[in-house]
Amino acid sequence: MTCREFIEFLWQYLSKDLSADERAQFEAHLARCAPCVRYLKSYQETIRAGKGSFTNLDDPVPAEVPEELVYAILLSWSKHERR
Amino acid sequence: MKPSSPDSDEAALLVGLRAGDQVACEKLVRTYSGRLLAVTRRFLHNEDDARDALQDAFLSAFRALPTFAEGSLLSTWLHRIAVNAALMKLRTRRRRPEDPIEDLLPTFVEDGHRVNPGPDWKEPAEVVLQRQETRVLVRECIERLPETYRTVLLLRDIEELDTEEVARLLEVSPNAVKIRLHRARQALRELLDPHFREDRP
Repeated sequence: MTCREFIEFLWQYLSKDLSADERAQFEAHLARCAPCVRYLKSYQETIRAGKGSFTNLDDPVPAEVPEELVYAILLSWSKHERR
Repeated sequence: MKPSSPDSDEAALLVGLRAGDQVACEKLVRTYSGRLLAVTRRFLHNEDDARDALQDAFLSAFRALPTFAEGSLLSTWLHRIAVNAALMKLRTRRRRPEDPIEDLLPTFVEDGHRVNPGPDWKEPAEVVLQRQETRVLVRECIERLPETYRTVLLLRDIEELDTEEVARLLEVSPNAVKIRLHRARQALRELLDPHFREDRP
């Protein structure tokens, strides 16, 4: 397995639905390739960074909703209810 | 006074909504519109589109109220409706040609080795994300992903829908979702690399 193959099919390795044989090929590559170990680590950090960037409780969410938008929504409710 | 729990609040809200009570409706809108607008804004960078999608979402929710299943959470149900409304809006908006994702994927030399593999990242995500400017930076990098890929990354990693559901919403196969997600994560990794690597200036 080359680095290109390792990286292209990494999603399969991480999805865990590989046969024991296929798994072993990925692991054999990892055992002798430091750059791919680093790639895998930073790839997993990327997933955590993406998730964490939106879910931190210190950030000022929920978004401020303009009053005219709230009214527009309430108006659509009234129209809906009148039908 | 009877203690109120989120569950009993929701149940009371539902009773009001089903009875056509304007006060209940206003409570629903005021309670959930902020976080739902945050959802539609993630998918739609144009503020008018994000607001339109929010309005569409509430209208769909009002129409679908009779089919709301007892025992499910209003917040989860509304979240799905808002995601759907944002996706509908994305679809109807005039499509601009996207930059190809390939420009953001790792490159390889002839023998399959990666070009410029680079060093480790300096700190784990949990540490760097404690800084608000890093969270903003990561969000900006996500915004730079081509729309097709950004949408899948948002749906899977941020909105936490499962592969099957994303496939159904986007009308593609589950495998296509997995591959797009992988490319989106790879591209995001490349965009973050200059900021996160340990030898950064």
